[in-house]
Amino acid sequence: MSRTFDRLLDARGLNCPMPLVNARKEIGMLEPGQVLKVMATDRGSVADFQGWAKVAKNVELLSQETETLDGASVYVHFVKRAS
Amino acid sequence: MEHSTIPDSSRQQTLEEKVRTLEARVAGLEGRAPEDRVALVVFSGDLDRVLAAFVIATGAAVMGQQVSMFFTFWGLSVLKKSTGLKGKSFFQKAMAVMSPGSSKTLPVSKMNYFGVGAKMLRTMMKQRNVTSLEDMIRLASELGVRMIACEMSRDVMGIQPSELQDGLECGGVATFLADSLKSRTSLFI
Repeated sequence: MSRTFDRLLDARGLNCPMPLVNARKEIGMLEPGQVLKVMATDRGSVADFQGWAKVAKNVELLSQETETLDGASVYVHFVKRAS
Repeated sequence: MEHSTIPDSSRQQTLEEKVRTLEARVAGLEGRAPEDRVALVVFSGDLDRVLAAFVIATGAAVMGQQVSMFFTFWGLSVLKKSTGLKGKSFFQKAMAVMSPGSSKTLPVSKMNYFGVGAKMLRTMMKQRNVTSLEDMIRLASELGVRMIACEMSRDVMGIQPSELQDGLECGGVATFLADSLKSRTSLFI
């Protein structure tokens, strides 16, 4: 199922901690309530985004899914700026 | 019933007193509760360890923590931008010559083989598209990570403030502890 989003971050090919760092920057550019879609190939990003949402007060993790694009696993995260 | 023997007014008084002591205790506890902070001591000057320190620091900053990194002894090499020998004692000169001149020449903690190991690790990181240490340092300061150079070890090792990067804070043990005591996590790397 594909969600709607306001901004897309392509973090494919980047490794820890860059997907998170870039997502943080992008979230800062959103208005509260808007959604950021992050595409990453870093397998650790799945747990990392969960941890981020748990600790940071202004983000909410809406959902995560795994897609296969060009034969590679892509981890997709939907993050909402809560406040 | 025992209660009925105590006059109402005095019972109210003791209750009010109890509330007051409790309020004072809660205020005291609140003042000592940890904040959203992380404090790191970077003692090591090994590339791999320092990388770990910066991954944690940038990660914590992204997660909304106020991060302080306290660089001491071998960790000071990370912050060096140049090496000068002027005005140093014999031992300090010897140490300056044998220490890395900047973050770019840090050794690895294992299998360094006179710097070959460190070069190999950097190449392997590049191949896997991992951010380099220098980019990570830049990123950390962009994210507002506080970097403090330990004054005492800097002085002992004879590193001049001019040899260190600009815009650093300097401080001592109390600078670190002031942050660490308020932090949820403190690490010595």
